[in-house]
Amino acid sequence: MKRRNLLKRLAQIVIVLFGISFLTFCLTHMAPGDPVLAMYAASGTIPSEEILDETREALGLNEPFLTQYVNWLTGCLHGDFGTSYSYSRPVAELLLARLWPTLKLALLSLALMLVVAVPLGILSATHRGGIADYLVRSLTFLGVSLPNFWVGLLLLYIFAVQLKLLPVVSAGQGFSKMILPAVTLAFAMAAKYTRQVRTAFLEELNQDYVTGARCRGIKERVILWRHVLPNSVLPLITMLGLSLGSLLGGTAVVEVIFSYPGLGSLAVDAITSMDYSLIQGYVLWIALIYMVINLLVDISYGLMDPRIQEGG
Amino acid sequence: MKKAAGFIKKNPSFCVFAVLALAVIAVAVFAPALATHDPYEAVLTNAVQPPSAEHWFGTDRMGRDLFSRVLYGARTSLTASLSLVCIIMVAGTLLGIVAGYFGGVLDAVIMRISDMMISFPGMVLAIAVAGILGANMTNAVIAIAIVSWTKYARLARSLVLKIRSRDYIAAARVTGSKTSHILWKYMLPNALPTILITGATDIGTMMLEIAGLSFLGFGAQSPTAEWGLMLNEGRAYMTASPWLMVFPGLAIFITVVVFNLLGDSLRDVLDPRNE
Repeated sequence: MKRRNLLKRLAQIVIVLFGISFLTFCLTHMAPGDPVLAMYAASGTIPSEEILDETREALGLNEPFLTQYVNWLTGCLHGDFGTSYSYSRPVAELLLARLWPTLKLALLSLALMLVVAVPLGILSATHRGGIADYLVRSLTFLGVSLPNFWVGLLLLYIFAVQLKLLPVVSAGQGFSKMILPAVTLAFAMAAKYTRQVRTAFLEELNQDYVTGARCRGIKERVILWRHVLPNSVLPLITMLGLSLGSLLGGTAVVEVIFSYPGLGSLAVDAITSMDYSLIQGYVLWIALIYMVINLLVDISYGLMDPRIQEGG
Repeated sequence: MKKAAGFIKKNPSFCVFAVLALAVIAVAVFAPALATHDPYEAVLTNAVQPPSAEHWFGTDRMGRDLFSRVLYGARTSLTASLSLVCIIMVAGTLLGIVAGYFGGVLDAVIMRISDMMISFPGMVLAIAVAGILGANMTNAVIAIAIVSWTKYARLARSLVLKIRSRDYIAAARVTGSKTSHILWKYMLPNALPTILITGATDIGTMMLEIAGLSFLGFGAQSPTAEWGLMLNEGRAYMTASPWLMVFPGLAIFITVVVFNLLGDSLRDVLDPRNE
């Protein structure tokens, strides 16, 4: 990626982050319910009107809206995302502690998904119109129509409750606790990716170089693995980047089902307890991570495929 | 009549799925007639009964008849997801056509907002919006609408840009057609088939997202009969009474499959490339 493009992208990221931060700040302001009252209610006391006012003053909640926003934003730029009142800890610290478990879960589910999707997609493409293709396509269709929270519940019921092979609650560490959540996440993604691999493969198989290689008598196996596969995985990389980004933000449902201590379940907790600084910090973090991953994907794309580099 | 027979013969799969979708809608419409019990009547002495001749899908922890609740759930789910798709389709298409046709500042503003939404995992924002606005079905629909309209805006805009500089549009303008006339009679019909196909294939996805929000507790609230919420309520009783999570999940699954199939076959019918 050329330097000018890179700078343009970075500028875009800054603008989007700015917009997202303003949007979430507005939203938390419009939200019904009084955060100060909720804060005291969480600690189990019913404060008098004066104490409420004093706290508001101390937290800067009596300032005009824009002043509050600028104050908060300045804090964020200095790495201070405020303090979560429901956990009584700095927001940045909480988010950082939950980032690693979610990242681990996301990577494991992506790996599981690839192990299933790539062979199935290739099988489907190379046997186009055959029974295998038909079966795989029906399976992917069912896969995209299944709600992932239901898949999660069924897996939990079968493997944890009935067969007692795996733990019901995924709290704490340990690989076995990540299996069910990861399989659940991989399930729906695998359906989407199998279709993608199939399309990409079919497209490559129609290229002239494949016909050329066949004419030269090169074995079909060699053509597939040495030539077609590397060419068709390239578009997958962009998708993988996007998936990793949305997994980091969107695993809430699965994390809740398996009581997995990640970013998603933290966000759900934050929203149910009206912990505004935590919600704002979470949304901003996810936006940043998501966009940085996309940028890295685009850069790596240019490195892997020189044609894109030349085009700028 | 002959025309209809010809259409059915030409598009058999579309007709089959249309009938299935109508059947699902009929279940929702006639739920009061089909239900064997009042879905909201709690009989605590009759709680968590397994499926029987009296209660076909069993009863939940409040002793409510699960079969009737699943039927009524079709109402909640279909109303919410169909109105959601309509909202994002209309709002997104209008904004996209306006952005594409007028260009300039309007285009820049609409497209930058849509960029912002696309460079961000939608579900995160939807959860945040639904949670902050307050948990109910309307807010869940609003939250998902806020993050989903951009797809239609982009689509409509690109379709408008494609024909904006064509001769017949210039001719219409030169002969003094009003802008509203051009937008309504030329731009909209041109964009409509693609938009409708996208909308139809989106119904299933939207249904899943709404059910997901309800499952997390940010959508329908108790005692509403909603499939996502019912799954969440049944979750705690999984070990002893698995039927509480089997039937609502199955209902979501079947409905989503039917609407996804309908969307796919509608694409085959409307796609001009298939002519």
